Amino acid sequence: MELRELYQEVILDHNRNPRNHGTLEDPTNQAEGHNPLCGDNVRLTLVTDGDRLVDIRFDGQGCAISTASASLMTEAVKGKTRAEAEAIFREFQQMVTETGDATDHSDLGDLEILGGVREYPVRIKCATLPWHTLHAALQGQTEVSTE
Amino acid sequence: MTIALESIALPFGQEIRDQFPVLSQEVYGKPLAYLDNAATSQKPLAVIEAMDRIWRCDNSNVHRGVHALSQRATKDFDRARQSVKTLLNAASEMEVVFTKGCTEAVNLVAHSFLRPKLQPGDVILVTTMEHHSNIVPWQILAEEKGAIVLPIPITDEGEVDLEGYADLLHQHPVKMVGLVYVSNSLGTINPAKQMVAMAHSAGAFALVDGAQAGPHIAIDVQDLNADFFTLSCHKIYAPTGVGVLYGKLAHLEAMPPYQGGGDMIRTVSFEKTTYAEVPSKFEAGTPNIGGVIGLGAAIKWLASLSPSPDLRTSLVETMAKIHDHEVGLMRYAADLLSEIPGVQLRGTSKEKAGIVSFTTSFAHPHDLGTILDHEGIAIRAGHHCCMPLMKRLGVPATARASFALYNTAEEAERLAKAVIKAREMMA
Repeated sequence: MELRELYQEVILDHNRNPRNHGTLEDPTNQAEGHNPLCGDNVRLTLVTDGDRLVDIRFDGQGCAISTASASLMTEAVKGKTRAEAEAIFREFQQMVTETGDATDHSDLGDLEILGGVREYPVRIKCATLPWHTLHAALQGQTEVSTE
Repeated sequence: MTIALESIALPFGQEIRDQFPVLSQEVYGKPLAYLDNAATSQKPLAVIEAMDRIWRCDNSNVHRGVHALSQRATKDFDRARQSVKTLLNAASEMEVVFTKGCTEAVNLVAHSFLRPKLQPGDVILVTTMEHHSNIVPWQILAEEKGAIVLPIPITDEGEVDLEGYADLLHQHPVKMVGLVYVSNSLGTINPAKQMVAMAHSAGAFALVDGAQAGPHIAIDVQDLNADFFTLSCHKIYAPTGVGVLYGKLAHLEAMPPYQGGGDMIRTVSFEKTTYAEVPSKFEAGTPNIGGVIGLGAAIKWLASLSPSPDLRTSLVETMAKIHDHEVGLMRYAADLLSEIPGVQLRGTSKEKAGIVSFTTSFAHPHDLGTILDHEGIAIRAGHHCCMPLMKRLGVPATARASFALYNTAEEAERLAKAVIKAREMMA
């Protein structure tokens, strides 16, 4: 696999200019995710209104893959219901961990470009860290670790 | 100003490289440049063949069989201990305890030596640049005993703050000092002898973690005068799974066993069990026979690089050459890297071994690691099991290139070129 398939332009763009970066002042949910293997962390602040995720921001320290994944994630889940967000998480996780021939994940939209990470087993957790953190925040947990 | 390539005198050349079969492969279609030697070193043919011979010809348990195979294995096993004694310049081979690694060696000292002595309120000092293996065993013990583990401060350049260290020794009831001889993250060579003397003056004991010193420096435990010294053998061209604990004989003799089992006893009865002499007292169970014999082969191979009738002389000369080779490459690589805009070297102490740690403004260390891997260059990216040090430096991780005697100036140049490529890609 060519390196450019992992570091595609959309990923590099989201790494350089992450969307929804920072913290929300009055979050209803928040969580911190840690990757003990590399020391990276991501912090999410969320505002939910009933069942709907109204706003979301992230910050923390991470590589291009985890930063782009967090940035793309915030775009994908903003405005969605919890169930919709969790459904995207499940499909995303399936995409980056599936072995054998890749299946169609075009309904993930821009998130699909992170599919290349499945060829780099040590980097999969970089891509899933923001998602595990989102899942924890929605469940009312404040800490999660990708062990 | 970059060092000119011609001005670097490297003691070792292709004839050494040819002895490491693993190096002659391609990764992603590029020749492998293995620059992750601080994690583990590659193995020379001399060690690979010695290991092969054990399983084909001599495999047997040691110290108990009367048959020929057991006698051969026992002879090679015991000879390896003598070689380690010479490598470390220990006073007696009874001071050489085989463990499964440095980590177990530190745990052994925490459990058998310090545990009976430690009182509530006592302090254990470790440097801020310590590997987790020389922090966590002390923390576990301190928690049990109501003692405290405190960090010895370091400077921005990655050197121990000796004044801060002296203050801590003065201010607290310090029982033990754990200090790394050579930092695995930064390459800093610490003034271990001086720090041990300071600990002793304050009435404290000292353990020197020699995991990264072993591959780079001729060790002399009598000169260092530390109470304990640990060695990680897979970093000095020997197999994984073997470490060494050196301890002063008086300490080892006074210490209770670490684990109970076979080989560590004199007599066993339900009324009263007595223990074997050191070092057997600390080596319960069947040891890593193949690994220890492989270690013996590695030491013999190191000595063969500087032929002399005296093993100690050979080893000291080889270690001096290795130091020159690795420091030459490290300085060359550091120079090339520091000329790349956005690269910041981490750890710029005057006394350094062959380790270059750096961060960049354009790529996270893990992205660098992946991009360099595609250029055939193996480096380490991460916190290097030194999370408190990373916090002190204010970074989550660094990229680390570490050199061995088989690395070349061309590989240092490829490293810098690949970092430039990463910059073009990520910026």
